[in-house]
Amino acid sequence: MSLKTHSTARTYTIGFVWALVLTNAAFITVQLGLANGWLLVLLLAILAVAQLWIQLHFFLHLGRESKPRWNLMMFLFAVLVVGILVFGSLWIMNNLGYHNMPATSSDAEIMQEEGIFMNSEREEAENE
Amino acid sequence: MIQQHKDMSKASTGFWIYLMTDCVLFASLFATYAVLKNGVWDGPSGAEIFNLPYVWVMTILLLSSSFTCGLALLAAKNKNRLRTLWLLVLTGTFGFSFLGMEFFEFFTLINEGNGWQRSGFLSAFFVLVGMHGLHITAGLIWLVYLMCRIGMRGFTDQSMRRLSLFGYFWHFLDIIWIFIFTIVYLMGVGNI
Repeated sequence: MSLKTHSTARTYTIGFVWALVLTNAAFITVQLGLANGWLLVLLLAILAVAQLWIQLHFFLHLGRESKPRWNLMMFLFAVLVVGILVFGSLWIMNNLGYHNMPATSSDAEIMQEEGIFMNSEREEAENE
Repeated sequence: MIQQHKDMSKASTGFWIYLMTDCVLFASLFATYAVLKNGVWDGPSGAEIFNLPYVWVMTILLLSSSFTCGLALLAAKNKNRLRTLWLLVLTGTFGFSFLGMEFFEFFTLINEGNGWQRSGFLSAFFVLVGMHGLHITAGLIWLVYLMCRIGMRGFTDQSMRRLSLFGYFWHFLDIIWIFIFTIVYLMGVGNI
């Protein structure tokens, strides 16, 4: 009859308990300072994605509709768009930031990394 | 019966498309936030202004409201009007408390001189979290309207359809909040 014939109070409760566990794990990790740096990013990302899956599965029942699974396909396409949008923006803006670094630090750094010589330096190199 | 099923299926597919485009809206705000995150200028960083236990309470409130909303959908499917309304009231109460706490957080920040005009980081923060708050506000208005409809006219096909779409919307907002508390608050306090 409806799209959600499989859902029962039990599936919602399982989803709720799992979401609580994952949420608390994430908050405790940060509050107690159990990890830092890239390890913390990785841990938090895993916990967030796990909770995303739990909520999609137990609350929104994604992937359990009858075929063709339009909702699932649209979701995957949205994930692709979101990925391009977020990582693309970060990539472009980091590159822009690199070329717009404050003049004091950037000039020497960019010249060194890109292999650019000042005229005076080139003359010195040629004289030698 | 078949016609009803078709309507429901069409409506939920259409609404799902809307939710996915909303995802893209939030993604662009998340990207903006990630780009501007370190642009604190002389203002405070996330670690200095975020209060984790406070955000934890907000998170639990929103999660509970998502749970009771799911239970309300089940009760509606079983045509139990009193139980549905009671669970929807609970959903609304949790949602409203969440919104109240968010308003208080914003109010405190602005009062301390850390409004959106202070730094790029704070602008991005207020826009991202505020956009989620706006969605919650819209959801609460929708919820009150639904409760009035169901309370007065009972379960019509239309109100059942709207209730299930509201369920999608409310669960979706909880999912967005997972990423807000992870990326904005936890990673902010973790100094990443």
